[in-house]
Amino acid sequence: MISLEKIRKNEVRGAKAGPLAQKEERAAYLFLLPWLAGLLLFLVIPVVASLGLSFTDWNLLTPPKWVGLTNYQDMVSDHNFRNSIGVTLKYTVLSVPLYMVAGLALSLLLNLRLKGMNIFRTILYLPSVLSGVAVAVLWLTLLNPDLGAVNQVLRAIGIANPPRWLLSPDWAVPAVVLMGLWGVGGGAIIYLAGLQNISPHLYEAAEIDGANSIQKFFNITIPMLTPTLFFVLITSLIGAFQVFDTAYILGGSRGGRSGALLFYLLNLWNEGFRNGRFGFASALAWVLVVAAGVVIYITFKTADRWVYYETGGE
Amino acid sequence: MEITHMKLPEKKVAPLVVKQTPWPRVRKVLGVILAYATLFALSAVIFLPLGWIFTAALKPDRVSPFSIPVQWFPTQYWHWENFVRTLVETNKPFLIFTRNTLILVAGNIIGTLFSCTLVAYAFARLRFRGSELLFNILIITMLIPYQALMIPQFIMFFKIGWYGTYLPLIVPSFTGNAFFIFLMRQYMRTFPKELDDASRIDGCNYFQTFWHIILPLSKPVMAVCVVFVFMGQWNNLLGPLIYLDRTSMFTVAIGMANYVTRANPQWNLLMAANLIMMMPSVLLYFFAQKQLIGGIASVGLKG
Repeated sequence: MISLEKIRKNEVRGAKAGPLAQKEERAAYLFLLPWLAGLLLFLVIPVVASLGLSFTDWNLLTPPKWVGLTNYQDMVSDHNFRNSIGVTLKYTVLSVPLYMVAGLALSLLLNLRLKGMNIFRTILYLPSVLSGVAVAVLWLTLLNPDLGAVNQVLRAIGIANPPRWLLSPDWAVPAVVLMGLWGVGGGAIIYLAGLQNISPHLYEAAEIDGANSIQKFFNITIPMLTPTLFFVLITSLIGAFQVFDTAYILGGSRGGRSGALLFYLLNLWNEGFRNGRFGFASALAWVLVVAAGVVIYITFKTADRWVYYETGGE
Repeated sequence: MEITHMKLPEKKVAPLVVKQTPWPRVRKVLGVILAYATLFALSAVIFLPLGWIFTAALKPDRVSPFSIPVQWFPTQYWHWENFVRTLVETNKPFLIFTRNTLILVAGNIIGTLFSCTLVAYAFARLRFRGSELLFNILIITMLIPYQALMIPQFIMFFKIGWYGTYLPLIVPSFTGNAFFIFLMRQYMRTFPKELDDASRIDGCNYFQTFWHIILPLSKPVMAVCVVFVFMGQWNNLLGPLIYLDRTSMFTVAIGMANYVTRANPQWNLLMAANLIMMMPSVLLYFFAQKQLIGGIASVGLKG
């Protein structure tokens, strides 16, 4: 062991000496080249271009016309824009906390040491591998107000007038949230990995101190799981801003009855590719990027207060 | 070793305490029963909707596909030919859509494996100035909502004449994907440094080390990425919707979307098509389950 370590240290020192390190550096950038090229071509240039475009009026066929901040000013009074913000916020507020709590509860269940648990894990994870389009088509039929299985079950248990789900302006977004709950096993698998990473010593120590299950859950499981919770929170917030496939299938490209399913991205798609307002759509994209950035920034800032990272050695 | 020593005495003590009162035992049995009941109920929630559309898919055209009361499993009708009909019917040729989707899948798998392994190797195994900064940039790009770029990217591809071709849907994969690079880099970091050193001593250059040493060892993580790319492309609706303009080039996802948003679709065939669309993901999931869940879990932990 000692000799191996010495050799390694020698290597490290050798590698840091001039020409070899330079060679390694050149090689590294050569390996990175595809990604660096993509970063420039498909990220930096489009981002900068779209900022420029957002100040223009352009239908792709005639030359772009500089209009200054008009696109951004128009948004304030744009009915579809305001509606799409409302729909997206409603979905985010309903879905993110619900999916996090449900996913955590499910992962606790799947973490029990019972016979056949692997089979249940496999089954409950299944919906999250299915195509978003296929799942949306499935739920479109399940949520059909008259013939759909959901309302038939609801009528069978005595609810005479179940909601008209996707066809009702008030119930359309909750219907999408309900549909997403079917795939909550996907989040549960991530929590499960987090749970299995918690050292059993902590629970043993707590048991010796006389802690009950509820105390163990709130004082060990939750704090130790906060990095995972943080990861899921960030990814589900970003996901909530990006709902497209589901909305497109369930409500059509117009966003359902009276725009009840006009998610932000669907509106952006409509303005760009349907109405040919590429300048306005670029402005919408920038608002999305800035809004997502602000939300992520705030989440990261508050993370110091509640996310617990185990530091130091074993 | 220390751990087992510590555990042993405790394990001997704990049952003694428990046995004094019968209640914890009863509670435990009740808890197990409750857990199994919940698990079976949840599994039913997963399977029954699938059984319901399966029932509808097997019904003949003249029968209402969704009858009252609900039929969760097929009992009466077994028109398996619906699955073939939905694949070959001329006005919505799902067989051609499938072929088109597979072209995109294959292109993206090749592109992703090519670019992401190279980039991940540099991040995982090579020392260079700016590596930390570039890696942070990589992480940040994972957080950017990709769809926000769809307008400027579309304009760019439109201007260079790629609209209506598969190129905008395949070429970007040759420049890597932050998520897969991250996944591969995490994996490649776990190999001992001595591997690189030994191959260097044997006279390999960096590319040879990558090609002969690191790449063969990375097969498991590459398999995970292939599965993710397959599922991502098979399910991709937005990309093909933006760039493809001819029915003959459409993918399964667009085919389904057009089918379902049309007035009065033929539900039995639509449900058959939907089940066919689910099949590849389901099969892949059952074969690659362990790797897939392992891959997702490791990302969750390190993110």
